[in-house]
Amino acid sequence: MNLTLLPVIGLYLAGSAGYAGFLFLQREVFNRSAYALVLTGFLLHTLLVGVEYVRAGALPVGNLHETLWFAGWILAGVFLVLWWRLQLKILGVFAAPLITLLAAAAFFVPDTAVHLESDLASLWLVLHVVIIFIGEACLALACCTGILYLIQERNIKGKKHRFFFRRLPSLELLDSSGYTFVAIGFTALTIGLITGFIYAEVEWGRFWSGNPKEVWAAITWLIYAALLHERVVAGWRGRRAAILAIIGFAAMLFTFLGVNFFLEGHHNEFTRW
Amino acid sequence: MNSPDGSPSAPTATTELTPELPEIAVVGINHNSAPVDLRECLAFSEEESRDTLQALKTYPEIREILVLSTCNRVEMLFTAYEPEKAIQTIKSYISETKSVSESRFEDALYTYRGNDAVRHLFRVAASLDSMVMGEPQILGQVKAAYKTAVDIKGTGVILNRMLHKAFSVAKRIRSETGIGDRAVSISYAAVELARKIFGRLEDKAVLLVGAGEMAELAVEHLNRSRATGPLYVANRTFSVGVDLANRFAGTAISFEEIGETLKSADIIISSTGAADYVITKSQIRPVMRQRRHRPLFFIDIAVPRDIDPAINRIDNAYVYDIDDLQDVIEENIESRKSESVKAERIIDEAVVRFGQWYESLDAVPTIKDLRSKLSAIADAELKKTLHSMDHLSQEDIKALERMNEAIVKKMLHDPMRFLKNPGAHRDKSLYIDLTRKIFNLEEEE
Repeated sequence: MNLTLLPVIGLYLAGSAGYAGFLFLQREVFNRSAYALVLTGFLLHTLLVGVEYVRAGALPVGNLHETLWFAGWILAGVFLVLWWRLQLKILGVFAAPLITLLAAAAFFVPDTAVHLESDLASLWLVLHVVIIFIGEACLALACCTGILYLIQERNIKGKKHRFFFRRLPSLELLDSSGYTFVAIGFTALTIGLITGFIYAEVEWGRFWSGNPKEVWAAITWLIYAALLHERVVAGWRGRRAAILAIIGFAAMLFTFLGVNFFLEGHHNEFTRW
Repeated sequence: MNSPDGSPSAPTATTELTPELPEIAVVGINHNSAPVDLRECLAFSEEESRDTLQALKTYPEIREILVLSTCNRVEMLFTAYEPEKAIQTIKSYISETKSVSESRFEDALYTYRGNDAVRHLFRVAASLDSMVMGEPQILGQVKAAYKTAVDIKGTGVILNRMLHKAFSVAKRIRSETGIGDRAVSISYAAVELARKIFGRLEDKAVLLVGAGEMAELAVEHLNRSRATGPLYVANRTFSVGVDLANRFAGTAISFEEIGETLKSADIIISSTGAADYVITKSQIRPVMRQRRHRPLFFIDIAVPRDIDPAINRIDNAYVYDIDDLQDVIEENIESRKSESVKAERIIDEAVVRFGQWYESLDAVPTIKDLRSKLSAIADAELKKTLHSMDHLSQEDIKALERMNEAIVKKMLHDPMRFLKNPGAHRDKSLYIDLTRKIFNLEEEE
């Protein structure tokens, strides 16, 4: 266990507590300090990831520990940028614990050296990993807003105007933010997949090998493609879009972790410990 | 409702012991004490408030004065050395200018003095005394009344401070308690819901089905947060619809066009006298596709209902009938009541603190405070000096201490005499307040 991770996790945890305080007490000061805490955690996190990158000379995603740590870093960065752009205050209540969870999971997974099959210093691979992670972070946030949408819709349809009704923003804002997250996430996912294929072509001499990882990545991509297509063509919004965003995220989570655990695919060092 | 001497919380030092300080008092009527016809009768327009302030200010028994007149209350807040006399003056002034005999409003009139008057003002400004508790307009009305009074120089040190405290207490209550966050009227509740569905209402299109009074009220509320969206009015009697549409710069449509209009309308307010559903579920399904699933919000204030409640089961369509809205309101009123307990505590605190300040306006404590501040400075300086002068004998030190005391005493002599009696027609509280400020004698805050 690497104790240098603890200050970062502590800051994220404090940020999550701040957002919880904001949820219950609705004081702006909680919201602001929570954001500042997560931001500070992120800066420290950036420093640690940077040090690791320089030390290894490659992206620190060589085993499950490093992958989780890296995913937490990207999610925190994406959350901070999008929160600031969209002013969707309530998002922190869900995103901050998620970031904390990723960082804490990284802390508990042992950091064992793994024999690398991939060349993590290759430019295509660096691009592939970073862009895919950014996309996945956006889609995680889209899943969060999707859940929030369903909660708020239930409140309004069911005519229950208690705790969450007052604290959640309008359906319109949740829906449009979810759409923004999916649009950005899907774009990043697409570019990330293309750079992955280019890497495969360069390193292994073939674009597509029919590996489970690739198949599941394609399934995930198709779900989001369907969601966006229906939205643009048929105006699908609200409930259906929210549900699809959640399903898409579940598929993505399976592609990210499940494939490696249950099916044999490449990217194995990614999740090995 | 008079409570000048009998009130249980009255025996504070402020009200009895200090005849040199003007007393704070308020006299007025509100929605609880007087029926609407009497309130109408006594209400002052802004112009009349100005004249009233001008007139009452000239009476020597009234030191400071402010007139607050809203649709639910008419109050005069003032300070006076002889409050009884001032109240009498005000009563006869009202009776004269409004040509109402005193006996007609005598019983409806309430009077609060001292701390009770302070508490009353704080409660009014914080909307605890309002007909709809927590409604936000009252604070603005108190501010406007204060501005008018300031323009006319009706207020002085005491009322200025008191009003500023009232504003900060009201603000604190608004931010620290949930007293104002919840809608407590049908149209407010409907607008609040619309906001939770649409976010911004600016460009949303509204369709009125039936041109009743309730519908009109709802549109008025909606229009406060809706600037550019179109309004359609559908009514069985077309001419009535045209009238209403004209009033709100909308478009009148025939009943047959409702189906077509649903493609572009976002908020539908229905209030017809029809016995059957005017809009049915089977009608809405295809519409949702045509409007690309943009949300539809139905507000059904008709009894019997106009909108098929099953529409609520269609995605992105929301139906609220009058009972649903009523439930929302009742829940909100309940929670406002529980929030008001917190608000009352904040007010109690503020009243106590204001009372401390008010008492400090008396000459005696101010002189005392001033003396102890000067003595403390002189003592500290003497100590510092003696520290580096070991060669002085005990006698010398005594002599220096005596000198110090004498300086403080002589320096205080003139200010003391002035503060005790600044001149017959001068406002003593003003000078005391100034002294406290110059010498920084305020401890609170």
